[in-house]
Amino acid sequence: MADTLVYDSAMRLFGDLATPKTLAAAEEGAWPAELWDAVDSAGYADVLAEGVGGMADAAAILRAAGHQAAPIPLAETMLAHFLCAAAGIEPPPGPMTVAPVEPDDRIMPIGDTLAGRAGYVPWGRDAAAVALITAEGMAIAPRARASFEPAHNLAGEPRDHLASAAADMPPQPLPDGIDQRLVLRLGALMRAAQMAGAMEAALDLSTRYANDRVQFGRPIGKFQAIQQQLALLAEEAAAASVAAESAARAVAEARPSSAFAAAAAKIRAGIAAGKVAEIAHQVHGAIGFTHEHSLHRLTRRLWSWRDEFGSESFWSLELGGRLLAAGADALWPTVTER
Amino acid sequence: MSAFRFEPIDLPPACDELRREVRAFIAEELQAGRWVPNSDFLVHRSADFSRRLGARGWIGMTWPKRYGGHERSMLERYVVTEELLAAGAPVGAHWIADRQSAPLILRYGSEAQRQELLPGIARGEIYFCIGMSEPDSGSDLASIRTRAVPVAGGWELSGTKVWTSYAHESHFAITLVRTAPAEGDRHRGLSQVILDLHAPGVTIRPIINLAGDHDFNEIVLDRVFVPAERLVGQEGEGWRQVTSELAFERSGPERFLSAHQPTVELIRHAGPAAAPQVTEAVGRLAAELWTLRQMSLSIAGMLQAGEMPNLEAALVKDLGNAFERAIPETVRLLAPGRRRADAERLETVLAEAVLHAPSWTLRGGTREILRGIIARGLGLR
Repeated sequence: MADTLVYDSAMRLFGDLATPKTLAAAEEGAWPAELWDAVDSAGYADVLAEGVGGMADAAAILRAAGHQAAPIPLAETMLAHFLCAAAGIEPPPGPMTVAPVEPDDRIMPIGDTLAGRAGYVPWGRDAAAVALITAEGMAIAPRARASFEPAHNLAGEPRDHLASAAADMPPQPLPDGIDQRLVLRLGALMRAAQMAGAMEAALDLSTRYANDRVQFGRPIGKFQAIQQQLALLAEEAAAASVAAESAARAVAEARPSSAFAAAAAKIRAGIAAGKVAEIAHQVHGAIGFTHEHSLHRLTRRLWSWRDEFGSESFWSLELGGRLLAAGADALWPTVTER
Repeated sequence: MSAFRFEPIDLPPACDELRREVRAFIAEELQAGRWVPNSDFLVHRSADFSRRLGARGWIGMTWPKRYGGHERSMLERYVVTEELLAAGAPVGAHWIADRQSAPLILRYGSEAQRQELLPGIARGEIYFCIGMSEPDSGSDLASIRTRAVPVAGGWELSGTKVWTSYAHESHFAITLVRTAPAEGDRHRGLSQVILDLHAPGVTIRPIINLAGDHDFNEIVLDRVFVPAERLVGQEGEGWRQVTSELAFERSGPERFLSAHQPTVELIRHAGPAAAPQVTEAVGRLAAELWTLRQMSLSIAGMLQAGEMPNLEAALVKDLGNAFERAIPETVRLLAPGRRRADAERLETVLAEAVLHAPSWTLRGGTREILRGIIARGLGLR
């Protein structure tokens, strides 16, 4: 939550270009070209091009993107460029996405084509190319050689199911440790950062609404019931933000705790997302439940993003399994690990 | 623009060595069978332990050396205190003095008071309790009625303080009293004095809690003479000072570790082949614990930087207390092998947690008050 220059300038960019009109058009299927071009010019897609060292900046940018509900595959392009750099390939121009993004999906190269399953690929239809991760390494399928069954998440963002794909080159090997597992973990951390931003925006919206909306002769924010709920919302939003930022720093600095931290951040942000959405809607009353009001642009993303790149359940099983295997006396050392 | 700021913090490398030292100390203590881990830091006390800790230089860590302190950083103090709490060490005797009474005296007290009291506190020999609440004044602290009537050389105190944890084993209580009428503003006319609990006119009566512990007390003050030299800070500045003291009280890492032992025992009992719902619960608890620690660490960093993150402290305390309270409710249902012959330790720590849990969201600021503070910070009040 430190006010970094990166975050502030990202907030300005997304604030200027991820307007309600742009968001509404995107939900109707219009590609937000001006927004993407600005993001591209700002170099955001390449923050991980030199490795995970850029993760703190990536998280700051994505937190701003989440705050403004930017409807673009920014996290995915960052990941794709990260993989390309690791494989020693020049990424193609334009927005990219990655696959698989679901923990149980697998893609295998068979001859020239790639077979398997990859569901809920973010912006599959809009990406210029898909970075496909297999056990053999990474393959890039240009849009023309990938076919998708269109689908959306709850926020109307494209989450297309990959039906078939072919690459121009065989899979390029990736260094040890850079695999589907890592992509899942980095993607989860990125969603945690996006959710943290969306939650901060929901807190802003809700406190403003509580101060503006007058009932029974006073702003509803004067009622203790509303105050107590908003305090809870603030707590959850703060927890998510701290978790995402702390984990991003751990990953950026390749600390021993980084894998644990990324999983913990996704879990914590996912838990917070549901609570924040609930309270925000409660405070806004009926108007917040309409399509015309802007709250749903945040809450539908919270409801969607918490399920992407592994839900709280997936990551809790992962962390829990490791802690149980390590034994009771390992809990505190793990939690306090650098 | 956020109402809250949690600055990220990295513990300096020197803290790793300190952490190892504290862990080695704890291991040696446990090996020697000197105490059994108990998470509820106020319930768990030992004068001997406090003295041993004092001898290691781990009480009064951040105070000037001329007062018996060790001039170490807030972050180093944080490392020591979190290790002791996670280990369930019996820190209760010196905890309040170290956490808030001495810092208050350092900030507002006289040179004579610092010289007289701080070295003994740092040695783990002098213990303080908190003289704030009264039977008619809990959350509404400004409504206290204990009065300090001016007499030659000082004041005479009359009134009743309540919920004073371990007054019966403490030497002093920093006591909030009314030294002058409110005159339309309840926050005016309040002062703090260092009350000698062995002074004539002080009667301490036990209040047994529902767990059967003698922790709480009622302190009845019947014209107790307090010399002028025992006034802390300025007469009439008691409200501002006590607010500061409460910030110290809320700023430590003891916000989320009161139910740590049940969490540890859950993992011990679940084992590597636990059922999925148990595994998931452990992972979730760990994620929440890790996050709370990161938030708490951030507050330590802000304190180190000389800030007073009162809002952030209230937020983390409420979040942490809710987490603590939820743990026994989870562990009781998910720990395998409950109530069997080999589950004695699990059942003991669970019983202690369940019985003491109500106090965690009451002490140091109730949940409702903390949420009101947060709401004010959000600009709603």
